[in-house]
Amino acid sequence: MSHTTAPDPGTARSDAGASTGQQGGGAGSRGPLAHLQALTGNLRQSGIFLAFVAIVALFAVATDGVLLSPTNVTNLVLQYSYILVLAIGMVIVIIAGHIDLSVGSVVALTGAVSAVVVIQGGAPWPVGVAAALAVGIAVGAWHGFWVAQVGIPAFIVTLAGMLLFRGLTLRVLDNVSLSPFPDGYSAIASGFINGLLGGNGYDAFTLLVFALGVAGFAVAALRTRRTRQGYGQQVESLPLFALKIVLVAAVTMGFAWLIANSRGLPVVLIILAVLIITYALITKNTVFGRQVYALGGNLSAARLSGVNTRNINFWVFVNMGFLSGVAGVIYSSRSNSAQPNAGNMFELDAIAAAFIGGAAVTGGVGTVVGAMVGGLIMAVMSNGMQLLSIDQSTQSVVRGLVLLAAVAFDVYTKKRAGITR
Amino acid sequence: MSENILEMRAITKTFPGVKALEDVSLAVRRGEIHAICGENGAGKSTLMKVLSGVYPAGTYEGEILLDGEPQRFSGIRDSEQHGVVIIHQELALIPHLSVAENIFLGNERLSVRGVVDWNRTNAEAGELLRRVGLRENPITPVGQLGVGKQQLVEIAKALSKDVRLLILDEPTAALNDDDSEHLLGLLRQLREQGITCIIISHKLGEITAVADATTIIRDGRTIETLDMRADEISQERIIRGMVGRELGDRFPERTSTPGEEVLRVEGWTVRHPVQDRLVVDDASFTVRAGEVVGIAGLMGAGRTELAMSVFGRSYGKYVSGKLYLHGQEVQARSVQEAIAHRMAYATEDRKTFGLNLIDDIRGNVSAAGLRKLSRRGWVNRHEEVKVAEESRRSMRIKAPGVMSVVGGLSGGNQQKVVLSKWVYTDPDVLILDEPTRGIDVGAKVEIYTIINKLVAAGKAVVVISSELPELLGVCDRIYTLAEGRTTGELPARGASQERLMQLMTQEKDTAR
Repeated sequence: MSHTTAPDPGTARSDAGASTGQQGGGAGSRGPLAHLQALTGNLRQSGIFLAFVAIVALFAVATDGVLLSPTNVTNLVLQYSYILVLAIGMVIVIIAGHIDLSVGSVVALTGAVSAVVVIQGGAPWPVGVAAALAVGIAVGAWHGFWVAQVGIPAFIVTLAGMLLFRGLTLRVLDNVSLSPFPDGYSAIASGFINGLLGGNGYDAFTLLVFALGVAGFAVAALRTRRTRQGYGQQVESLPLFALKIVLVAAVTMGFAWLIANSRGLPVVLIILAVLIITYALITKNTVFGRQVYALGGNLSAARLSGVNTRNINFWVFVNMGFLSGVAGVIYSSRSNSAQPNAGNMFELDAIAAAFIGGAAVTGGVGTVVGAMVGGLIMAVMSNGMQLLSIDQSTQSVVRGLVLLAAVAFDVYTKKRAGITR
Repeated sequence: MSENILEMRAITKTFPGVKALEDVSLAVRRGEIHAICGENGAGKSTLMKVLSGVYPAGTYEGEILLDGEPQRFSGIRDSEQHGVVIIHQELALIPHLSVAENIFLGNERLSVRGVVDWNRTNAEAGELLRRVGLRENPITPVGQLGVGKQQLVEIAKALSKDVRLLILDEPTAALNDDDSEHLLGLLRQLREQGITCIIISHKLGEITAVADATTIIRDGRTIETLDMRADEISQERIIRGMVGRELGDRFPERTSTPGEEVLRVEGWTVRHPVQDRLVVDDASFTVRAGEVVGIAGLMGAGRTELAMSVFGRSYGKYVSGKLYLHGQEVQARSVQEAIAHRMAYATEDRKTFGLNLIDDIRGNVSAAGLRKLSRRGWVNRHEEVKVAEESRRSMRIKAPGVMSVVGGLSGGNQQKVVLSKWVYTDPDVLILDEPTRGIDVGAKVEIYTIINKLVAAGKAVVVISSELPELLGVCDRIYTLAEGRTTGELPARGASQERLMQLMTQEKDTAR
């Protein structure tokens, strides 16, 4: 047979730059076209990082550096940790093509259950944590049942859940706040690990932990690079690779220096780091994670490729429930109480974080790391505007516009890429 | 007044890369029922869309004369004002609105400005329903009616627009025998009332029964117009016109050495997912290792439905039937089970059912075989890229790299990605549904070469295709389907398109 067909139009069009939010693009590509593709394909992802840096710089200047003061950076981490935890679960829900409007109510409910068990019941605080997580998982299974088995749109199921679980919170708390938690419990969100190795105005232990983290990251990156080479895939040039590592190390250690100069290593930061790394790996590297992307991208095609879409959808919601429980523990620990109106509107912050972080409204696209950056953008903006004493109304307007702009950018890049579904 | 209500002269319509119609002419006499016949993709529907203004004037070449007057329709509303109304194959009724509301949708009966006159609406709707022989309350929601009655509502809607030339695209494809009979009777009545009808149909029995003239279209050209009143025209005569084209050497050579039987399907029967009718009715076929078996059938014959139902019951409601793999009866009640039994099904609609268009080649190739690439749930991403690279090379997928997004590839390359996905699961049986639909000739040859490689490796391959020359060129044996039943089985060598078409159009009552 002959191969006299003209160059395929696909070769010319396929580099239009919607390489989705997945990282690690550009491997195994050749030629200038491929480089262009890697560049434009990563634009959406790196655009988020650039926007984050710009916003940090803007507010750092506007607040005369207060934004980046050790105390404020530590506060920022503590204050937004539970939103970031929720955003991890939310971005997975959104990748699967759903939405969860109930997480604020679930945060309240899980915190309330924990308070009832620990404060009223006098149980040791780890029992409270376990109870909160169990309730979160049960709520997730409830949502998962209606969405995956019965086939009701998640928007409706979780809207109902939002009302339902808020109501249950009021019932559990008998409409009053419960406080205070024992020390062990409140240390989850307000505790610090410091002084273990002493320090000279800064906490050496914190710096050591971060240094180990950076070293671990560098080793892992190097190993991935070697394996790729072993598989004959193309990798970035050594100087570029080294530059990337140095840049990450510098930013991370700078951050470490700031919090080491304040109160040391927050416990909640460790929890957050473990969750982010775990879920970034799950979404990228497990069959489950990959199937979430597949069904969010094209449900029918995923089903016909043998993906058990019901199961996946069910577990996506169970996971969201679990993370809502984690956030519930952190929030109640931080406020050292359980309040009937806790977690109000948290769902909106979590959803906004996922979308600003590059998740697509239609599903199939998004990353955990992106959602974290999206959450931090919202956090820095809120915090910066508070430091500048900008009034609440303006803050709300600005946050709304930023969300709209982020999604508009997403829609625009997709249109330009000519991908219509 | 001229004798012809409609003349279409030298109509040429091109889509990017494809000439759908070339120099087509059509003359329809006043007050007749004029049938248009042709294979799938011959250009029948395109011609009717040109006529009804779906493709407005300027997007095609040629001339349309209505009552001898040249017309340039700018859209459907324009053509409807001239009394030309088309009823599409897919009914365009809104299920939650009432019959009357549907009939006057976009053409509402108003009292004062912008206010619907419900009395007039319902009264006139009732009148129209009587004309089409439908005893239903005009305020019944359309969704509560069966497909046959919905089809009549469509005709009532057309009558409300003072139709003179009614175009029906496959009106009986989704109807049962009784409803079809009623509809054809109604067309005869309309003819008495002076309404001209153009009917596109695959059911040759209907055409010979009802049509006054038949125009045959093949490969975007008019072949001939047969006067059904003057001569006794047989179905065979129409078939000859529909298929009469030569087989080129478009099919790469293959020596066929079939081995053991791999797949046997017996008495497979499937009900439509929502409607109460059988779409597959007691169908049976077998495939051997190293053999390509074709399934031929016209639109609505149940080819895709049969294939998808066999593949893990992914379509409709399973009624009965047995599935044997390597002589053992097996159950494949879900796609997962089917894949575990080493079956594969490449869909006819790649964009909707085959690919994740926003993902890259790598992710699509591995989609059905992730288990093979993973240990304890963790995917080996390097191995995955390697697999995708190998597929890209062996299938000759033209793309800058395996990280290219699939949505940007051409149809032929997308099809190769779909094939790669299933080949990677290492199946024993591959069912390929319209594997060359919408791709150019060069890419078709490459797909045929891939099929040849698969059978050379001992796979059993089932090819479903609307193109009879393709089936004759690629397959060892061919089954024909009509109305969900297997109506014949014949070796491809020595089979003719005419013979296949006869079996494909065999209707229930004429079954031997």
